[in-house]
Amino acid sequence: MKTRKIGADAQSSDISRTEVRWRSESSQRIYSVKLVEALQRAIQNSTPALSISAGSRAVRDVADRVLAMTAKGRTRWSRAILASRRRLSILRRHRKVKKSRASRINRRSKPLSAAAEDRTRRLPAVEKRIKVLSQLVPGCKGAPVTDLLEEAGDYIAALEMQIRSMITLTEIISGSNGERTG
Amino acid sequence: MSSRRSRSMQSGSSRITEDQITDLVSKLQRLIPEFRNRRSDKVSASKVLQETCNYIRSLQREVGDLSERLSELLGSLETDSDQASIIRSLLM
Repeated sequence: MKTRKIGADAQSSDISRTEVRWRSESSQRIYSVKLVEALQRAIQNSTPALSISAGSRAVRDVADRVLAMTAKGRTRWSRAILASRRRLSILRRHRKVKKSRASRINRRSKPLSAAAEDRTRRLPAVEKRIKVLSQLVPGCKGAPVTDLLEEAGDYIAALEMQIRSMITLTEIISGSNGERTG
Repeated sequence: MSSRRSRSMQSGSSRITEDQITDLVSKLQRLIPEFRNRRSDKVSASKVLQETCNYIRSLQREVGDLSERLSELLGSLETDSDQASIIRSLLM
């Protein structure tokens, strides 16, 4: 009992540490600066007159990639984002081929105790929710439930920071635009 | 990274308990705005997970909207480095 509790405590302190990581002003500032720099590079490298949808996707890709890099490879979701950027269309084709293989492997490696399995099987709602959640958090499809829940918490905090930063950036740019035209 | 892997492998061999899952779910509960105001511990795991999914989806949607807005704003910016450095200094 004690060993398991210690494990849980270590995990819980991990969770509060990552929350602090994403909620501090300095980390948000660092992300904002890196985001601006990356966006600037993307603008300079792209052909002029990107369609609105392509431009929006480009901004999103940059924002997600910079966010994932800020995580410094500590989480599945951030590693998944960075991995998927490198080989976009090729990976999508691979995913369709790999899906069947991956699902077979995942079923074998589900580390639930027999008792817990019985209990969660008796609660199909929880199983279903866990599956949906694993599809929403990048890189967590085959992950054990404990990892998934930890990743979800970190991912949420990171997304919130990303949003705060992008809102600030939006206000600054639209503010400076107004000053120029006004 | 390796410690993280060994921890999950450990839980694989020593079995993840319902308690651990419940514990983590209740920690997740605190992150969801929907439940932050309520002090009740009576929210079911299923409900917490459902709201977690909804919340993540809404966050991802907001990032998408903001990306669109930023893309429009950046499109109207002249590509001059002075402006970018002004923006950067405003962020500091």
